[in-house]
Amino acid sequence: MQSHTTSRDMPLHRFLRETLFRETTRICGLICAAIVVTIFAFLLWFSWPLLAQGKIATIVSLAWRPFHGQFGILPMIAGSLSLAIPAMLLAFPMALGITLFAHGLGPRLPGKAVLTLVHFMTSIPTVVYGFAAVFLLIPLLRATFARGSGFSWLAAMLTLTVLVLPTIVLFIHTHFSLVEPQVTRTTQALGMSDTQRLLAVTLPLSRRGLLAGGILGFGRAMGDTMIPLMLSGNAPIMPGSPLASMRTMTAHIALVVATDSQDAAYYSLFACGIILFLTTFAVNLGLRWLESSTSVRT
Amino acid sequence: MKRILTALIAIGCILAVTCPAGASELDAFANLKGTINIAGGTAHIPVMKDCARNIMQAYPEIRITIAGGGSGIGAQKVGEGLVDIGNTGRALSAKEKAKYDLVSYPFAIDGVCTVLHKDNPVSELSSQQVRDIFAGTITNWNQVGGQDGPINVYVRDEASGTRAVYWKKLLNKGDVVANANVVPSNGAMKTALSRDPFGIGYVSIGHLDNTVKAPLLDGIEPNQENAKNGTYKVVRKLYMNTRPNPSALTSAFIEYVYSPSGAAIITKSGFIPMQK
Repeated sequence: MQSHTTSRDMPLHRFLRETLFRETTRICGLICAAIVVTIFAFLLWFSWPLLAQGKIATIVSLAWRPFHGQFGILPMIAGSLSLAIPAMLLAFPMALGITLFAHGLGPRLPGKAVLTLVHFMTSIPTVVYGFAAVFLLIPLLRATFARGSGFSWLAAMLTLTVLVLPTIVLFIHTHFSLVEPQVTRTTQALGMSDTQRLLAVTLPLSRRGLLAGGILGFGRAMGDTMIPLMLSGNAPIMPGSPLASMRTMTAHIALVVATDSQDAAYYSLFACGIILFLTTFAVNLGLRWLESSTSVRT
Repeated sequence: MKRILTALIAIGCILAVTCPAGASELDAFANLKGTINIAGGTAHIPVMKDCARNIMQAYPEIRITIAGGGSGIGAQKVGEGLVDIGNTGRALSAKEKAKYDLVSYPFAIDGVCTVLHKDNPVSELSSQQVRDIFAGTITNWNQVGGQDGPINVYVRDEASGTRAVYWKKLLNKGDVVANANVVPSNGAMKTALSRDPFGIGYVSIGHLDNTVKAPLLDGIEPNQENAKNGTYKVVRKLYMNTRPNPSALTSAFIEYVYSPSGAAIITKSGFIPMQK
């Protein structure tokens, strides 16, 4: 064996390959971080006229009536949050239940079938969910409650729940699949049943996966444009009753982006962009902080 | 291989035979090469597409790209020199004129009309009734001769040229209920109204079809004929906008839109052609 060896007794080509791989991924990571920072800088730069000219007061108000010079985006901020949070509160426990069912709480074959179905659901474009809801859910809501047009907070919230559910399921499932092989033998030696293993060992050890799934799901619910645009009615008013029309920041951006770019209405979009950006960022940080402060990492 | 060649030759022959009439108007492009980029108003796209197809079929070395984005995007992009022609479904705003030096070419007239669900028994509304419905003072269909049922108001997004003309010419810049549903396009408006028996909204007359119902306005039927002779008043112009000295190719394209072939395309798309 006449191969060059490094100080770590590793063949040179392998050492190079590993170093190359490590450095490449590091550079990719840095590029991603740089892009995020650049986007934020870009948003700040564009909303500067708004901040500098003290127009911020016009934007932090409850009335969006562009023809009357009122550009308040508070209803849209409330709209985004009032959709994303309940959708997550509904979707997360369901997702956890489905994943546990597929991982041994339920019978084997149905469990597999459910996972396959969820996999398939992730590949359906958002627009298809929206369209199906326009033709199925909206008339149903209209017929059931006999008030309003059906385009409402409720319609958007229910559809959004269905949309983020598979994302969270797959995330938790991936994490379970990483943890399970590590604990199966030990728990079997201790005489635990599959159900006990899942609930008492795998679940607590998958805390990070649950958290990541939660963050990702919330990000999707907050950032989705098509569902609220197609289903929530988009009236720029504070979300009132579940059957009333409301507007999210994402739908707002989509609706206003084609207006006169010299207009105050146009600048309100950058404010929306910044708020969306910071919200997702804050949720991310908040959950990570929560995790690090409450868990005793082994 | 031979079969494919034969097929290609056959297709070529068919194309040669069915070459668009008015080829003489295309002669203006004979010595021209290059690209025209078009963006902006979405109502314009069918017209732009058909004109571009005729030109590119006759002269393959000319490339024409067409993108949407809406009126605001059209004005902005052409003003900043990113495209050669920026389309708007409204006249340029004072601010846009102040910021960019642009020349506007109105080339078509488009009417905007009120639409209802096709089973709605209401077949006529007065301008005042429409204003009251949109302002929220009339809230039940039985107040305008329909069945007992709440009125669901649908409007278009802030960037819509259709919305701007309806609001100015028919609603007299009056108030619109804050809880009206906002839909992002003419197509979405038709979809929403075809599903909502209690809905009311408005679309470009070019988009009218049998999925919705357009009631008479003050006894006048909203159609392109009445828009043309001036009896139907809720109309707008569609504009192309360029920088002051457009390229020879861009000028030739604009001329083509104003030519008889262009006028035929405009009519086919549901608009009324205008003279230059």
